[in-house]
Amino acid sequence: MSDVVHGRLRALLGTAGVERDAAGLPRAIPDSADALSLVCRLAHDEGWKIRIEGQGTWLPADAPADLAVSTRALDQVVSVSPADLVATVQAGTPLEALRRRLADEGMWLALDPPGRPERSLGSIMATATAGPLRHGFGPVRDHVLGCTVATGDGRLVKAGGRVVKNVAGYDLTKLQVGGFGGFGIIAEAHLRLRALPRADVTLLARGMRDALTSAARDAMAAELVPAALELLSPALAAEADWVLAARFVGTDAAVQGDVRRLAPIGNLAWQPLTPDKTAPFWSLVARGSQGGPVTLRLGVLGNGVDDTIDLLAHDLDDNLLSAGAGSGMIRWTGDAPVERLRAVRRAAAAREIPMTLERAPWPVRRALGHFGAYREGVGQLVGQLRDTFDPGQCLQVALEGSGGDGER
Amino acid sequence: MIGPALVEALGRIVGPKWVRHRRAELRTYTMDGLPTRESYPGAVVMPGTAAQVREIVRLLHLTDVPFVARGAGTGLSGGAVADPDAVLVSLTRLNRILSVDRARRRAVVEPGVVNARLSEAVAPLGLYYVPDPSSQSACTVGGNVAENAGGPHCLKYGVTTNHIVQLDVVLPDGSELRLGSTHGEPWGPDLVGLFVGSEGMFGIATAITVRLEPLPPSVRTMLADFPTVRAASEAVSSVIATGIVPAAMEMMDRACVAAVEASIYAAGYPTDAAAVLLVELDGQADAVAAEADIVQAILLERGARAVRSASTPGDRARLWQGRKKAFGAMGRIAPDLAVQDAVVPRSSLPDIMDRIAEIRDRHALSISNVFHAGDGNLHPNISFDRRDADVVRRVHVACTEIMAACVEAGGSITGEHGVGSDKLGYMPLIFDAETLGAMRAVRRVFDPAERANPGKVVPIHACREWRAAPGARL
Ligand SMILES: Cc1cc2nc3c(=O)[nH]c(=O)nc-3n(C[C@H](O)[C@H](O)[C@H](O)COP(=O)(O)OP(=O)(O)OC[C@H]3O[C@@H](n4cnc5c(N)ncnc54)[C@H](O)[C@@H]3O)c2cc1C
Ligand SMILES: Cc1cc2nc3c(=O)[nH]c(=O)nc-3n(C[C@H](O)[C@H](O)[C@H](O)COP(=O)(O)OP(=O)(O)OC[C@H]3O[C@@H](n4cnc5c(N)ncnc54)[C@H](O)[C@@H]3O)c2cc1C
Repeated sequence: MSDVVHGRLRALLGTAGVERDAAGLPRAIPDSADALSLVCRLAHDEGWKIRIEGQGTWLPADAPADLAVSTRALDQVVSVSPADLVATVQAGTPLEALRRRLADEGMWLALDPPGRPERSLGSIMATATAGPLRHGFGPVRDHVLGCTVATGDGRLVKAGGRVVKNVAGYDLTKLQVGGFGGFGIIAEAHLRLRALPRADVTLLARGMRDALTSAARDAMAAELVPAALELLSPALAAEADWVLAARFVGTDAAVQGDVRRLAPIGNLAWQPLTPDKTAPFWSLVARGSQGGPVTLRLGVLGNGVDDTIDLLAHDLDDNLLSAGAGSGMIRWTGDAPVERLRAVRRAAAAREIPMTLERAPWPVRRALGHFGAYREGVGQLVGQLRDTFDPGQCLQVALEGSGGDGER
Repeated sequence: MIGPALVEALGRIVGPKWVRHRRAELRTYTMDGLPTRESYPGAVVMPGTAAQVREIVRLLHLTDVPFVARGAGTGLSGGAVADPDAVLVSLTRLNRILSVDRARRRAVVEPGVVNARLSEAVAPLGLYYVPDPSSQSACTVGGNVAENAGGPHCLKYGVTTNHIVQLDVVLPDGSELRLGSTHGEPWGPDLVGLFVGSEGMFGIATAITVRLEPLPPSVRTMLADFPTVRAASEAVSSVIATGIVPAAMEMMDRACVAAVEASIYAAGYPTDAAAVLLVELDGQADAVAAEADIVQAILLERGARAVRSASTPGDRARLWQGRKKAFGAMGRIAPDLAVQDAVVPRSSLPDIMDRIAEIRDRHALSISNVFHAGDGNLHPNISFDRRDADVVRRVHVACTEIMAACVEAGGSITGEHGVGSDKLGYMPLIFDAETLGAMRAVRRVFDPAERANPGKVVPIHACREWRAAPGARL
């Protein structure tokens, strides 16, 4: 079987477009959206299962499949328009490469996802993994103006557009961002950029967790406008205590004003990071989630943050944990048996808190699903939407769990 | 075409006085804000509760009758207009604010709540609902959700979709769903994001959870007048390039200023200016003051003849007055006003404004421009008289040319008013058959029989056929 798949892919993409992964699985490496769609169509016609891979730096590339499709040759920054603050970028482009390219022209993409800097843009979009900057700049979807997607049966759908304001047709981009690849493979995206800020200052306060979360609430009430206001566990921040990190970006005057207003907040000793330490600090935080094979995110606001961290600490641990104090997002990394994770999801759901499995080995993803159980009626809708975008069920993605949660 | 039996059955759900079916009673419901489409609905039903909405939709499902949801009917693309074989479901009685959570900055509202009422109601808490369409004193939050409405202050804070976190919806088969979560993290795929902007074709939103934002501590409004539209457009890009994001950047051209100044809304705008630019900054006082200096310098450097600046509510209101009343003022020029809506990349603004002027002259039309310059969202408004068939034809040709020019520049056919029935024909300009097919297939997941607001948004003849979802409801 594997030889047949390999042969057919080679006929389609040429020798350079196919390889085998470490386990011998054929891996297609299309270098254009059209080639990507041909691969999907072939898999659909033959009934083959596809594993989607970005730069392949993800966990074990372990979803059982007949072939892997890597977006790593889709790595071109197609166009950048400084005047419009818009870029068109292929999905396999590593974030770091894009960051450098944009910085050269005085712009940035205000996203700081967890993981390594070489993460592909497609994987960040598909998993909707925003980082601390979500506080000031919104979730991943706010940065994506449109995208081209190859569906499971090889159609190319061009959702959205290249302008910041656009309501033509249904907003299909929203389905792709955070869809974990279940609605197609992203080939290209139009991104909303920002002018590089003049000032970018990060301050840290250390202390007991409760004191820090309460300080974060005070900062919100004082109407400070941080780009990030993130609570970090000691292990994640590589410090002895919990850390509350506040990041301000913008004009000098705005940043200095906010830094002044932050000083009295929470009776804490706020220490600014020197400019040479700022970027390394945040990339340490991003990489910090590597301490375990499983990463979860939970959406929770305000006072719910303390309770939810307690819940995680009690049922799992609070070793590698971060919480956006204002953006309403907690991220946990670690290791735990499926049953325990399922129990946490159930407990969170009882408090109306959604829990998304961001990354985990296939058996855990398969059992729990990225989303687990939906609200009543939603599962049927999601299933039908998936059927529309992947009628042959070729895309091997576990949105729902197999473990009998059913609908809530 | 709606029979007496159905009228009676609807009456049993809502009470007979909340069902309208005589021609004279239906008159008010024959149009929305679009002057070129008029149609009598078969009947109008006015539910008073979400439960009644569900019962109505269930009944229409069982009897296989199409329906159209309607908020305030201020839509500008014909979205809330129904054919005689359809029932119009008017949601204006569902106008309660169900709850406000100050700490979490959330409110839950019924769909018929008028946009401006919501901000007024939460103002005592120091909060407001950001999206502020110019029609905000009339339009409903439900209509805003359906159209993904924008407004002047969406430049900095985003449009409706950025402010909706949870929706209770009744699907066209009468089943109920809750999408999203109050916390803002979607519960599964982002179905709230998909529903917002679906123009009433996926079902009816019956409860809407919105984000609220704190009222900014300090606001500065600046009004600059320019000798050319091009200079004003370039000033817009220069401001954005500094990294400062103003809360709003609105432009009015000479024709628009003239209309405003000739009306009772006269705001003291310089009538000899080719373009007037309103820039608003908000935030903490020290930041606003410093950014205002930078912005003022840029405006002058880019050729502004004068910059007026205001920080007190009264003075600011005066500067805004003309902008807010511009549509009303333009409405007085001629019996009808075609309010157009299109988008171009910001860098194309100067060129597209020249193109629009050229199209205007060639067709001998009267066009005034008032628009959200910061995000390239144009509103070329054509004053005309629809009793003159030749003018109507020229208006149509001119609109088509303007749309084509915007698309050619890399833009879109609508930035906030939606496609409705008005822009069906332009959809193939920006979407290929495959993508239109995907849209239709998604619609059919929510509404397999295509009974909710039939015939809008997706030009079915231009779609490549997608397989309908197997096991789709009925
Ligand atoms: C040290 C470390 C820490 C990490 N911490 C986190 C973390 O906290 N959270 C987290 O999410 N990840 C985390 N990761 C994963 C990390 O970010 C991966 O590097 C990243 O996901 C890999 O990106 P990739 O391009 O290799 O995509 P892959 O791992 O190959 O793909 C990621 C997912 O996205 C889907 N996908 C990828 N590209 C596309 C596309 N174009 N269209 C549709 N679907 C697509 C895939 O199906 C897969 O489900 C961590 C990784 C490392 C090494
Ligand atoms: C003078 C003027 C200025 C305007 N300025 C702006 C502006 O600045 N920005 C902007 O974005 N728009 C603007 N508009 C357009 C219009 O006000 C908006 O589109 C508004 O969102 C429509 O709300 P409505 O309540 O009037 O909806 P309607 O016109 O009644 O309906 C619009 C659409 O929404 C659907 N719908 C209504 N309620 C629901 C519901 N509960 N569930 C599902 N579908 C529903 C209808 O079926 C229809 O398709 C303006 C209009 C006018 C007349």
